[in-house]
Amino acid sequence: MLETTLLIAFACVSLAFLFSFMRLIKGPDLPDRILALDTLYINAIALLVLLGLYFQSALYFEAALLIAVMGFVATIGLSKYLLRGDIME
Amino acid sequence: MTLTALLNFNLPIVALLPFVGAVFAAWASKINRLASAWVAAFVTILSLAFLAPLMALPFAGETLIQSWQWIPSIGLEFAFRLDGLALLFALLILVIGLLVIIYARYYLSKKDSMGRFFSYFLMFMGSMLGVVLSENLIQLVVFWELTSLTSFLLISYWQHRQDARAGARMALVITGMGGLALLAGVLLLGHVVGSYNLTDVLASGELIQSHELYVPILILILLGVFTKSAQFPFHFWLPHAMAAPTPVSAYLHSATMVKAGIFLLARFFPVLSGSPEWAWLVGGAGLVTLLIGAYAALFQHDMKGLLAYSTISHLGLITLLFGFGTELAAVAAIFHIINHATFKASLFMVAGIIDHETGTRDMRRINGLLKYMPHTAVLAIIASSAMAGVPLLNGFLSKEMFFDQALTASHTSSWAWGIPFLVVIAAVFSVAYSLRFIHDVFFNGEPVNLPKTPHEPPRFMKIPVDLLVVICLAVGIAPMFTVAPILAVAVAGTLQTTPPEYSLAIWHGFNLPLMMSFVALVLGGLVYFYRKRLFEWHESNVAHWDARVIFNAVLGWVNALATVVTRSFDKGSLQHASVWVIATGLLAGFIGFATVSAPLLGERALLPMDAISILVVIVLILASVLTVTLHQKRLVALIMLGVVGLIVSLAFVKFSAPDLALTQLSVEVVTVVLLLLALYFLPQTTPKETSHFRVSRDIVIAVLSGVGVMLFTMAVLSRDFSPISEFFLLNSVPGGGGTNVVNVILVDFRGTDTLGEIAVLALAGLGIYAMLQGMKLPAPDHDSHGRLWNRDLHPEIMQTLTRLLLPLMTMIAIYIFLRGHNLPGGGFIAGLIAAVALIVQYLANGIAWTNDRLKFDMHWVIGLGLLIATATGLVAMGLGYPFLTTTFTYLNWPVVGKFEVASAIAFDLGVFLVVVGATVLSLVELGKLSDQSHKTQSPLKPQQENS
Repeated sequence: MLETTLLIAFACVSLAFLFSFMRLIKGPDLPDRILALDTLYINAIALLVLLGLYFQSALYFEAALLIAVMGFVATIGLSKYLLRGDIME
Repeated sequence: MTLTALLNFNLPIVALLPFVGAVFAAWASKINRLASAWVAAFVTILSLAFLAPLMALPFAGETLIQSWQWIPSIGLEFAFRLDGLALLFALLILVIGLLVIIYARYYLSKKDSMGRFFSYFLMFMGSMLGVVLSENLIQLVVFWELTSLTSFLLISYWQHRQDARAGARMALVITGMGGLALLAGVLLLGHVVGSYNLTDVLASGELIQSHELYVPILILILLGVFTKSAQFPFHFWLPHAMAAPTPVSAYLHSATMVKAGIFLLARFFPVLSGSPEWAWLVGGAGLVTLLIGAYAALFQHDMKGLLAYSTISHLGLITLLFGFGTELAAVAAIFHIINHATFKASLFMVAGIIDHETGTRDMRRINGLLKYMPHTAVLAIIASSAMAGVPLLNGFLSKEMFFDQALTASHTSSWAWGIPFLVVIAAVFSVAYSLRFIHDVFFNGEPVNLPKTPHEPPRFMKIPVDLLVVICLAVGIAPMFTVAPILAVAVAGTLQTTPPEYSLAIWHGFNLPLMMSFVALVLGGLVYFYRKRLFEWHESNVAHWDARVIFNAVLGWVNALATVVTRSFDKGSLQHASVWVIATGLLAGFIGFATVSAPLLGERALLPMDAISILVVIVLILASVLTVTLHQKRLVALIMLGVVGLIVSLAFVKFSAPDLALTQLSVEVVTVVLLLLALYFLPQTTPKETSHFRVSRDIVIAVLSGVGVMLFTMAVLSRDFSPISEFFLLNSVPGGGGTNVVNVILVDFRGTDTLGEIAVLALAGLGIYAMLQGMKLPAPDHDSHGRLWNRDLHPEIMQTLTRLLLPLMTMIAIYIFLRGHNLPGGGFIAGLIAAVALIVQYLANGIAWTNDRLKFDMHWVIGLGLLIATATGLVAMGLGYPFLTTTFTYLNWPVVGKFEVASAIAFDLGVFLVVVGATVLSLVELGKLSDQSHKTQSPLKPQQENS
């Protein structure tokens, strides 16, 4: 049961990954791209958690946690750059 | 007990004490100008005191060796030796050094920095002592190089003078080159003998002389000797080194620097001499130098120039004596070393006194000084007479022995009959220039428009000269009661056997050497009398020859050649350098693939591939290609790069490298922040500037090397092989007490490596800090679309959320740090996470807000980290283990349970602190840079200031 659910979830997340990446390529604007990168990070978290469940290992969860905690920093930096140019002032 | 313990290693103390003293001398000058002179004198006396208890040993015929293991695998021992020869030189260096220190204290003017002078001086003295007291030959070469470096500092002491800098550079180039040759010679010698210790080398004379490498060894060592001792054709650096302050000249060119080469000749005399090659090379160079020096000295108008060429000539004389190769010639050489040191040091000091009191050294202007400074005049007259070889003075005795040896040598072969004549010609000139020094300076009418009226110098400035002149007299009148004992041990130390029979008497009866002396004195007087005509002839025929022109030309060619070679490879552009590196790698790889006949792929079965991995890899490939194609839009390329980084860390997770994945994620974030900080000051797009040719060439190289690396990786991965990781996997728990192999390798197995790396990281952080100080860059006030920047400095949602996240991120950092030894994590990753946690606060709240709350200075954090890491290593040493040995134990606490405590965690803490410090310091400094540009540019005020 869980296996089937996981496989479906994998398929969904992979599609999300692909779509986010297409948005990143397509743009058209910088905010779209930044948002796409952020979403890619979120997708990566989902992917890692699913893998953790699938392989029953806690280490995947940690990598996911770390992306969750730090992945947004790049987004903050990029957004601040659009807003002010100077990200640390 | 402590005294006897000290006696076991007082030779290294004698040599190394001046280096320690140099630091104190520099420091003491801050307190008082004269304090550094006192320190220098005190250190010299202390070195003498450490030498004193050992002096009896050489006299008893013993050779003292004190040695410690240093790097035994390359034959390097920390070994010192005291025999008669070493003792003689050590005494010369220390005693004349002490006299020069007293003299220099009065010589240096208020404008000259005493601290700098005496600290250089002591370093030089220590280097010289190291040369003469070394037992290990490699160690000797190290000290030899140190004399070149420290003499460079001394000669260029008046750094504001162009001639001083040029003279010092010339001396360094010539003697440094000789030092390299000497190193090569010593290495060959050690290879032949099988040991680098002098005791072994001195015992294998026959082995060396019969070996096929004898001639190369001889030539290389002689290159070292000749450059140092200013022998033809390397003699020309010495006169240019006269730009040094006179105390330096008095020291370097009488008893020390130039005598180092002579010392080496004496040292290797028992093993290298006796062959025809030795006689031709050493004797030939000595004879030519003797003649050139004596001739050129007469025509110098500068007092110090005269003394410089005379020094060259006397060095040639000593070299020629060694070149004769007989034991008696060696006796004469050693004797002349002592005599030359005494009279030449005093003459240089006299020249300095006259320069000091009259303001010039030009002998055409300083005349008739006898009535202004009678005391100095008497000293100078006695010392010059000793230099000329006048009876009842020390120079006469060694010159007699020299003539005697020249006569003996004239019988040895058919070409040698001319030697006595050439030697007498040199002696004639020697008499003539000594006479000129006396007559031109102290008689010969009145001074010609001197800058100041001359008078006697301070009493203490003359005392060193007094002492040296008294020695000249004492040795000259009663050699048996003064110099005989030390000469005997020095000769024994040189020859390594019982010295031959020789007589030091003043009167040997009417014989040929006495006749030669007489002829030289009379003809020398005549030459000086008819000097006007000689001077005219010299001016029109010889004076325009200047070795410096050739030297500069050669130096120019070498520089030009180096520039051409460098420029043809390095055009100052990264692309160009990468092409060379990658293309070379490609070629090397191709040769490797082409020459090995094994099949490209091994037999290992390929791993199965799943759909998700394929998808992610396709995204990775696309993102990489897009990063390259979009590189002209910098921000978009940066976002693409973010995707690449993310997928690479996912790949690390998939292939079970969680440590790498965690590191990659943190590095990714820091990189984006760093690039964004830099991008603020840079154009948003790059112009198209590369030609089609270059683009196509680069595409070919890139594709080929990409394919090559892929094939190579596949070739490796498809085979079974046993990497060194087996060892670490097996030993991680029993050896390092941790189950996380990566971390155990970092902090334990390769701890020294990591220590080096964090030191580099710390330096990089501090370097960035230093480079950004005071830098001001123009910053844009609008974005790439021409819109003005938003006025909201720190959006509130961002502030609130990131502040909430700080404790969480810190906790994760601490957690990852603590469990690092056993599970993925450790100081490096935790440091990066903590750094990111802090940087987020800087991003969201601004530098001022964060600095107000973050009370530590990152410099201190870096320093503390390095100190902690080093201290863990030192603690291990203190407990008698090698540097950075770790230990661990298992504790059993209630509630917590059994856990492991490793001393490596302290080391890891050091790593953690350095990483945090260096990362935050460099990023925040870059951030401050933009802060500066805002102040100069826009009147925008922050709308709100949350705190």
